[in-house]
Amino acid sequence: MTLRPGTRVRTSSADPDHHTRLPRYLRGQVGEIVYAGREWPLPDDVARGVAAPRAEVVYTVRFAAAGLWGTGRHTVLADLWASYLEQADGQDDGEDGEDGEDGEDGEDGEDGEDGEDGEDDGDDGDDGEDAEDDGPQEER
Amino acid sequence: MTAKPHHHDLPVAARVRRLEERVITAGLASDGELDEALARFYARATPINGARLVARAWTDPRFRARLLADGSAAAAELGFGPQASSYQLRVVANSAQRHNVIVCTLCSCYPVALLGPSPSWYKSLPYRSRTVREPRAVLSEFGLIVPEEVDIAVWDSTAETRYLVLPVRPNGTDGLAEDELAALVTRDGLIGTARV
Repeated sequence: MTLRPGTRVRTSSADPDHHTRLPRYLRGQVGEIVYAGREWPLPDDVARGVAAPRAEVVYTVRFAAAGLWGTGRHTVLADLWASYLEQADGQDDGEDGEDGEDGEDGEDGEDGEDGEDGEDDGDDGDDGEDAEDDGPQEER
Repeated sequence: MTAKPHHHDLPVAARVRRLEERVITAGLASDGELDEALARFYARATPINGARLVARAWTDPRFRARLLADGSAAAAELGFGPQASSYQLRVVANSAQRHNVIVCTLCSCYPVALLGPSPSWYKSLPYRSRTVREPRAVLSEFGLIVPEEVDIAVWDSTAETRYLVLPVRPNGTDGLAEDELAALVTRDGLIGTARV
């Protein structure tokens, strides 16, 4: 079940002793899905040498700076594997529009123009499971 | 910027070297083949690629729409799309209401193929830690003052998507051809730490 854009999610607050790609500053935070991407192998599994690493949808999640830091009007967006997220309890599922959730973390309502930024639209869902690679790729 | 250690002295360089030696020992590739692959990659990796995407988007509204909808596919039209197995490209558009800036807080993820090797400040701890926390202050140190009424979106490249900023086309460039426009686009403009 893929979470839809607009869904409020809470990130895991676990402190794993293995590699993970949920940054520490985003642990235990509430954000909003803006984009559901394709599946990628879970880095936590890959780094531990799990024979068949789980493949999971990676979501782009938007966080209000005020919620993360207690101050600031900007937003931070991060790409997070499904395992790092759970649906935030007691929240709507976003179906009443982009601005339904201002209250608790002081979001400042910049939602309106997302459509044209290409965050919300279509699937790039080519499976791309082919393992071929030629030469160095992106830095990490 | 403080004096930086020579790249070859960094611990990561020693790790890369050990990895290369394992690859060579295992017979997967020779030293020369590794050097050649790197040289081939970096020969094509330049901010001119990113600038060409931007200039095309500025002159062709339909390409702009495709670029924002699926950066990987649109970049492939110009011959530098990523392989599906390596990463995805997402392009985020600046506007009068919104400024975008790219960071990787976990390491230094960066669209090298479209921007060339990343600048040392992009990999520095201050840039990585402060940009998500106080982007306005960081950008002002780059000489970029973002007006209060403009929202800032900070994109933390935590997974397999690489980001590129589509800057606002400068005023007074109506008569320029696509390659003249591309020449205006800077690397920092594509990261979001400068205007174009």
